[in-house]
Amino acid sequence: MTRDELLHAFFGAEDWTPHTLDEHYFDGRARVGNETATIIGTAGRAEVGVDLCLRMASAVLECVRKRPDEPIVFFLDTQGQRLRRHDELLGLNGYMAHLAKCCEVARRKGHPLLSVVYGEAVSGGYLTTGMMADACYAVADAEIKVMNLPAMARITKVPLEKLQALAKESPVFSPGVDNYLRMGHLRAVWSGDYATRLAEALAEVRAASSHEDRRMQLGMERGGRMAAAPIAERVAHG
Amino acid sequence: MRKSYSEASARERVLGLLDAGSFHEFVPPSERASSPHLAQLDQPVAFDDGLIAGRGTLDGKPILIAAQEGRFLGGAVGEVHGAKLVGLIRRAVAERPAAVLILFDSGGVRLHEANAGLIAVSEILRAICAARADGVRFVGLVGGSAGCFGGTGLIARCCDAIAISEEGRLAMSGPEVIETVHGVEEFDSRDRALVWRITGGKHRYLLGETDRICTDDIADFRAAAIALTDGPAGLTLEDVEREHAQLAARWEAFSDCADGLDVWRRLGVAAPEDVPMLATDAFTAIADEVRP
Repeated sequence: MTRDELLHAFFGAEDWTPHTLDEHYFDGRARVGNETATIIGTAGRAEVGVDLCLRMASAVLECVRKRPDEPIVFFLDTQGQRLRRHDELLGLNGYMAHLAKCCEVARRKGHPLLSVVYGEAVSGGYLTTGMMADACYAVADAEIKVMNLPAMARITKVPLEKLQALAKESPVFSPGVDNYLRMGHLRAVWSGDYATRLAEALAEVRAASSHEDRRMQLGMERGGRMAAAPIAERVAHG
Repeated sequence: MRKSYSEASARERVLGLLDAGSFHEFVPPSERASSPHLAQLDQPVAFDDGLIAGRGTLDGKPILIAAQEGRFLGGAVGEVHGAKLVGLIRRAVAERPAAVLILFDSGGVRLHEANAGLIAVSEILRAICAARADGVRFVGLVGGSAGCFGGTGLIARCCDAIAISEEGRLAMSGPEVIETVHGVEEFDSRDRALVWRITGGKHRYLLGETDRICTDDIADFRAAAIALTDGPAGLTLEDVEREHAQLAARWEAFSDCADGLDVWRRLGVAAPEDVPMLATDAFTAIADEVRP
């Protein structure tokens, strides 16, 4: 869905107060259940460059400074990190990692973090924002990926036909929100009644007894990621 | 005697860094923890999935250590590789070593198992940030032949401190990827000098992205690791506020720069064109005068 559709579907006309509404970035506050949440989003297949990282980190830190315990919801539509020499010159990975650290500090200060992919989420653009949340969601027509299959075939030298055939059975490499659901990254994929789903998701994070990352376990329960949980356990306690 | 860090295998690096005889590996290759996904794509597997995890001592102090093998699929992160690192971080939260040492040598997410790799990188990022907030210190070493790119470039910058060699490369997107998308005039990946001025160890040190710069010598990396293990642990609002101010200042100062040379000149390096040729000691002396 587009950003307009997203805001309408999740908040209607009354429950959303924009603060910034630029082509590729937006923030503001919105009603989620019986709480007010800070909304931080990317739009229009945004490229995540140095400047966008700083804006998002500023928004997270402002919430932490001024609004104790307030939930933060990321709404994401990004084509990934900006692929420019200039951003790399300045150390884009450092800016992106900074955003991840800001998310962790917010979590520790008691801010529930949720993320919803509503457009596209591609690798680097998703890692330090949406993937840092306590609970990650996507809407049904969204896309999450590292790379499309033709490009993957070119780089790995595995024939495209073979990748396409394997993708029907394995969630492990091909694009799609359902794959990320099966592998335990997404808690759920939403296809309607969005305001209620988001309020329930927030209540679930609020009620959780710990911040423990349970995605490996979820991936195993859903049959999409069987190796990770037992290996991590063996290294942690073996 | 000098022994090249970049030319060594991950295992040689681990053994060369730690106190002699102190290394103990968790889930060693004899346990056959290989990727379950590579065979269906007719790819060879490694019995440690390209990641060594273990414990040892460094200058007498207990540490946990992980090392990526850049010679296996470019050190890329797959499901098992990533899960081993997550397990090591969990272990660190329980055991409280003096530090967790991570030897980076990776192009990022392994495309053959891209979704599993991406999720694994995000789990590592979360685990490191959480462990730091719990008081575990992380030290990253960057000097492997595959560099430190993509998701591993993010993991490295979530560590408390980084040592990099002059030959080390630390970035998000590799030059080849940028050239493929935006053309050779945006980033000529075959211009080695340019690649080093953008992603290389000296530039990263001058920017303040790393804490130490070493020669390509295992003994030098060991000395850096010992020095960096000593330091505060924690991840607080004040820490990220300070980092935010530094990163915002960098953006203000250099947002119109196109090349490392422009950045170094503006930092106050008197002869930026000489920087690539300077020996490490001479370079460090000049860099420490001007780096933020």
